[in-house]
Amino acid sequence: MAKVLMKGNEAIGEAAIRAGCLNYFAYPITPQSEVAEYLVKRMPEVGGVFLQGESEVAVGYMIFGAAGAGERVMTTSSSPGISLMSEAISYIAAAQVPAVFVNIVRGGPGLGGILPSQGDYFQATKGGGHGDYRLLVLAPDGVQEAVEMTMKAFDLAEKYRGPVMIMGDGMIGQMMEPVEFPEDLKSEPSNKDDWASNGMSTRKSKKRNLVRSLFLDPKELNENNLALKAKYEQMKREEVLFEGYNTDSDYKVLITSYGTMSRVCKTAIDMMKEQGIEIGLLRPKTLFPFPEDAVFSAATKQSCKNVISIEMSMGQMVEDVERVVKGQREVHFYGECGGDIPTPEKIIEVIKELL
Amino acid sequence: MQTEIKFAGFGGQGILLSAKLLAYAAMKQDYFVAWVPSYGPEMRGGTAYCTVVISDKRIGSPIIKNPSHLVAMNRPSLEKFDQDVKPGGIIMINSSLIPSRSERDDIIELIVPANETAIKAGSVRAANIVALSAFAAKANIVDLDLLKKCVKEEFAAKAKIIPLNMTAFDAGVAIANNS
Repeated sequence: MAKVLMKGNEAIGEAAIRAGCLNYFAYPITPQSEVAEYLVKRMPEVGGVFLQGESEVAVGYMIFGAAGAGERVMTTSSSPGISLMSEAISYIAAAQVPAVFVNIVRGGPGLGGILPSQGDYFQATKGGGHGDYRLLVLAPDGVQEAVEMTMKAFDLAEKYRGPVMIMGDGMIGQMMEPVEFPEDLKSEPSNKDDWASNGMSTRKSKKRNLVRSLFLDPKELNENNLALKAKYEQMKREEVLFEGYNTDSDYKVLITSYGTMSRVCKTAIDMMKEQGIEIGLLRPKTLFPFPEDAVFSAATKQSCKNVISIEMSMGQMVEDVERVVKGQREVHFYGECGGDIPTPEKIIEVIKELL
Repeated sequence: MQTEIKFAGFGGQGILLSAKLLAYAAMKQDYFVAWVPSYGPEMRGGTAYCTVVISDKRIGSPIIKNPSHLVAMNRPSLEKFDQDVKPGGIIMINSSLIPSRSERDDIIELIVPANETAIKAGSVRAANIVALSAFAAKANIVDLDLLKKCVKEEFAAKAKIIPLNMTAFDAGVAIANNS
């Protein structure tokens, strides 16, 4: 298929349809309302369902219901909306049903602002909802990757039977870039015989599947948590994604950055290269599982003296970077939030102080 | 080589569309492009601006503080962004609505009476197309025939306004060629 010029939000909507998602429930919120605007037109064309919930809390449970019934299902929202859905996300994780959540992050806390931010890193990777669960979190750096990750998210959600999140930011949602859509997947959930609560007549397995998250027997609850834990460990082994930029050079400083912010860092790195200064970048594409080994080995490269995490937040991913660098190098932080994305010039200024 | 063009005006002037058409034409010529809106809270009639980035390699930062060129459709836009343009860039001034001129002497000024030209072509609503074609003819970033085709395709669903926009497009090119 030829390239088309699309807003990130619209492209995410189209990607979902091409991945065979025929159920999209949402509640509008800036800066991602174009996903709903797009899918309200597109879903009827492909025989799918768009339903606007009365609140994000309701949407979260609509997602849970459709997922439990074995349907490919997605919602999109932005920070405060994801907070409201977090209870349902925890239930979905506990009940082990697949669902895709897209968070086009805006500035917070509270109602915050509508401009791009990465202030939901903690929420996405360290909980948000209650209990011992993890979200598999994919962080695109542009429209093309947003499409690829959205499509991949449905497969991952089914592989691990749990919630998967795409964490973008307002810039990725609002920006238009050329995008090519991979071939249609349009497959039914692959393993749903084992867990879906309907479709008995079409199933090979005639076992009665129950969708539940209440386990009053401590032994049973423990078993469920161990099963979840095993999946998270498998994710750490099999799903880590990252990109190195200028990491072949003898860089003195390693930047860790993701999403839109990482692109600004790349421009800064290119500009510094012209001045004869080598800086490396390690960009996590999965925020959970975090690319622990890759960050550690890039940080401890002999030429590297300092590590700096650059984020559109007040310092969140930096805690993971510190955790995996294990004190082998000094880990610094630079970030801004509130919607002003740091410029390449500002990043160069910050980096030069570390040289 | 990377070129950044800021389009600025007030809401309803169609500058987001002009910018999109330029990005679209550049994409058709196999450039990497990004169309980056400013999407802060705005009221009807408030300022609207966006930046198109066109590059022969993958685009890093989509946030541009100093664009190569500026297309200013109203006075506040010129005043706000005049100083940001990189030396040697083009500043297109919609003289129908902007009585003042750039305060710079290191840029190329392109004076286009976009509204008046569009009215002559049939409707003031085509002022954005006049501005787009005049700028594109002066800047020589994308193929003009291809850009014109993109404009035509954009209005495919509203066939009766295609002639207006084609006339406006040609008028814009003529202004740039005679300037």
